[in-house]
Amino acid sequence: MAETKSTADVLTVRDLCFSYPDGRAALQGISLALREGEKVALVGPNGAGKSTLMLHLNGILSGQGEVIVAGRRLAKENLPFVRASVGLVFQNPDDQLFSPTVFEDVAFAPLHMGLPEAEVRARVDAALDAVQMSAYRERLSHHLSVGEKKRIAIATALSMRPSLLALDEPSAGLDPRGRRTLIRLLSDLPLAMLVSTHDMALVKELFPRVIVMDEGRIVADDTTEKILADEELLAAHGLEKP
Amino acid sequence: MLYSPTPLHIPDGFLSLVVSLICWIISALIVAAAVSRVNRSLDERKIPLMGVMAAFIFAAQMINFPVAGGTSGHLLGGALAAIMLGPWAGILTMTAVIAVQGLLFQDGGLLTMGANILNMGLITAAIGYGFYRLVSGRSSKTVKLSAAGIAAWLSVMAAAFLASLQLWLSGTSPLRVVIPAMLGVHALIGLGEALITVFALGFIFQTRPDLLDETQADKGGKTWAYVGGAIALFVVLLSPFASADPDGLERVAEDSGFLHAAQSAPYQIIPDYAVPFLGQTALSTIAAGAAGVVVVAAIVVLVARGLKAKP
Amino acid sequence: MHVNLFDRYQETQSFLHRLDPRVKVLATIFYVVSNALLPDGAWFAFFAAWIFLLACNALSKLGWNYTLKRSLIALPFALIAITVLFTTKGTPLFSFELFSVHWALSLAGITRFAAILIRSWLSVQMALLLVAATTFPDLIHALEHLRIPKVLTAIIAFLYRYLFVLTDESFRLLRAREARSVAAEGMKRGGSLLWRAKNAGNMVGQLFLRSYERSDRIYQAMTARGYSGRLYTLNPHEMKSADYFAAALTLTFLSFIQILGRI
Repeated sequence: MAETKSTADVLTVRDLCFSYPDGRAALQGISLALREGEKVALVGPNGAGKSTLMLHLNGILSGQGEVIVAGRRLAKENLPFVRASVGLVFQNPDDQLFSPTVFEDVAFAPLHMGLPEAEVRARVDAALDAVQMSAYRERLSHHLSVGEKKRIAIATALSMRPSLLALDEPSAGLDPRGRRTLIRLLSDLPLAMLVSTHDMALVKELFPRVIVMDEGRIVADDTTEKILADEELLAAHGLEKP
Repeated sequence: MLYSPTPLHIPDGFLSLVVSLICWIISALIVAAAVSRVNRSLDERKIPLMGVMAAFIFAAQMINFPVAGGTSGHLLGGALAAIMLGPWAGILTMTAVIAVQGLLFQDGGLLTMGANILNMGLITAAIGYGFYRLVSGRSSKTVKLSAAGIAAWLSVMAAAFLASLQLWLSGTSPLRVVIPAMLGVHALIGLGEALITVFALGFIFQTRPDLLDETQADKGGKTWAYVGGAIALFVVLLSPFASADPDGLERVAEDSGFLHAAQSAPYQIIPDYAVPFLGQTALSTIAAGAAGVVVVAAIVVLVARGLKAKP
Repeated sequence: MHVNLFDRYQETQSFLHRLDPRVKVLATIFYVVSNALLPDGAWFAFFAAWIFLLACNALSKLGWNYTLKRSLIALPFALIAITVLFTTKGTPLFSFELFSVHWALSLAGITRFAAILIRSWLSVQMALLLVAATTFPDLIHALEHLRIPKVLTAIIAFLYRYLFVLTDESFRLLRAREARSVAAEGMKRGGSLLWRAKNAGNMVGQLFLRSYERSDRIYQAMTARGYSGRLYTLNPHEMKSADYFAAALTLTFLSFIQILGRI
C-alpha cells in the first residue's frame, strides 16, 4: 500500500489540457486538488468537460499536464495502481454493470487486479455490505431497479479499495426514494469523492465544496455556500439555485 | 409472435447423427480459427464490442416489417455482422447468437447447433463479407450498398441451400422437395435481409462513415474476398442445377454410397469392403463392444469419484 | 416490455436445480445424442427415453408435465419432413396422384416420420428442462468448465447481459414507429414495401450505432476496473458426490436405452 500522510492530497491535477482527435478542445488548463476524505461536487453545463476530466483521473484518456493520485503521478507504468486508486462510476449503470450477475460484476476489479480468490470474495462481501446490498449477491443484473443498479455500480468501484471515488451523475434517473438512499449512502462513505452532477439540491445537501466548469475551464472553486450565493456566476453558466 | 423461429434453425431430431457430427466438426474448426485470430489481434476492445454486437443482432432480429400477405421480413444478420466487424469477429458474434438461441430459446437444437452455426454464422459471414469485399473495394457508396445487398441475399440463399442439403443427407426430406421449398421461401426472406442490410448500412454510412472505413482497413483481406466469392459462385451455379434436376444429384449421392453413410450410425459408416476379412457385422460388433467398454469405464470412474467427493 | 419475457429459469429448490451445471449440460447433450443414435422404429427405447424425461421433470419439482406443455415449439419444422411419409422406400399402403406425381404412403415412411418427430420432441423437452432448472450464468460457467474458449463464453455472457438492454431499446424504437405511423382517415396506412423496409433498416442502423457506442463505454468501464485484454472469472462450482452419481446413473440409463433399441 502507498504511504499516505494525513495532510497529503489524494488527488492533484495540474494544467491538464486535452483535445479530441477532431481538434475540439475539451480541457484547457485544469488544476485542482482534493484532500483525503473531501467530498467535492463538479458542476457545469453539458459539454463543459466534466466527463472528459473524469476519464483522465485513471488514464482512460490522457492529455497534457499532470494527474497525481494518492501520491503517484499518472504514467503508463503505474496505470494499474492508479486505476485501482480511483473508483470511477459511470453515469449509466447499464454500462458499468456488464456481467450477468451482481457477484461477477463486483468481483471483476479485484479479479483483474490479480488478487487471490479468498481476498476477491472478501472484498465483494465488504463492498456489497458498504452499499447495503449483501442480499443481492447472486441476483441477475438485469433484474435490478435503477436505484439498485446505481448502488451495485458503486460497489463495483469500492471493491478496488480506492482512495478516491469519481461519480458521474449519480442521481440521474432515480426516483425520490432511490435518490434519498443514494444521498445517505454517499454521505456515509468515508472516502474522498469527486461527483459530477446537475442536481444542485444534491450539491447543497452533500458537498461542502463546489467546482464549476465551463468550456473546458474551471471558472470557480469555492465553498458551496459562496457559490450558491453568487447568482451572477450561476446564471452565467446555466446553473440553477436549488 | 414475438419470437418466430425461422426454417433455418434446425431443431434436434431432423438431422442424422453423422451429418450433425460432420457439421459440428467443420464449425468447431472454423470457430477455433476465429478464436485464435481474435486472441492474437490484441485488440482489447474486441471482446466487449463482439459481445454487445451479438446482443445487437439478437435485438435487431426483432425489428420486422410487413412484407405481404401476413409474412414479415426481418434480419438474420450474418452478412451485416461480417461487413461491420470483419469476418472473424462476425463469425464469433454470430456463433454466440446461434448458441444462445439454441441453448436458451430452443430455436435450433443442440446436436444440430454445429449445422446451424455453419449455415447461419459461417457461410453467411464468408459470403456476406467475401462478396462485399470482392465488389466494393474503393468504389462509390451506391456500388458498396448494392454489393452488400446482393451479398446479404446470397448469404441467406446459401444458408438455405446448405440446410436443404443437410436435411436431405439426413434422410429427412427428399431433395426434389426440400430444395425448391427452402430456396423458394428464402428467396423472399433473403429479400427482406438484403433490404434491411442495405438500409442499415446506408444509415451508418450517413451518420458514422468512419466506422465503415475502419472495418474496410480491417483484417480479412483478399483471401476472404476470393473464398466468399467462390462459395457464392458455387451456390449460384449449383442451386439452379439442384432444383432443376434434384433426382440427378440424388442419384449421384446414392450411387456413391454417400447417402447411406450419412443416414446410418457413425460406427456403421466404415464400409465393409475396407476390411474385407471382417465383414460388416463383425465390425459393428467390435465398434459396439468398444463403445460399451468406454461407457462402462466412464461409469466406473464417475462412481469412484462420487464416493470420494464431498457429499 | 417486461424483461422476464426472456427468462427461462424457473426459481425453485429441487434436486435438479442443485445439480452441478456441467452434469446437466452433459446429460442433456448425451440424451440428445442417444435419441439420434436410436434406430427408427425402436419404440420401446423411445418410450424408455420418455420415461427418463418424465423422471427428470419430476426431479425438477416443476411438475412431471412441465416440458410437455411447452414441447410443441419444434413442430412447425415437421412440415419439412412430412414428405418422407411418401418418399421412403417400402410397400405402399395406399397411393394417389397429385400435381402429376405419384405419391405412395408406406409403413416405412410412417415409421421414419414418427421417429423424426419423436426424437425432436424428446430432445427439445430435455433442452427446455435444462434452462428451466439452471440459471444462464451457471450455464456459462458450465461451458467454461467444458473448455469452451474464454472469448466465446465472454461474448455469450455479454450477449445475455445486453440482450435485455438492447431489446428494450429496439422495442422503444418500434413503439416510436407505431406512434408516428398514423394515417388520415380513409388513407392507406404504411406506404410502399421499400418505404417500410427503409424504415426498419434505419432502425437497425440506429440500434447498431447505439450498440457500438455502448460497447465503447463498456470498454471504458472495464478498463477503469483493471481489464487489459485478458478476462478472469471465478468459477463457484465444485462437483459433489451426488453430481458424480447422477452423471453415472444418466450414462447407465442411456446405455440401457441404446441396448433396448437394438434388441
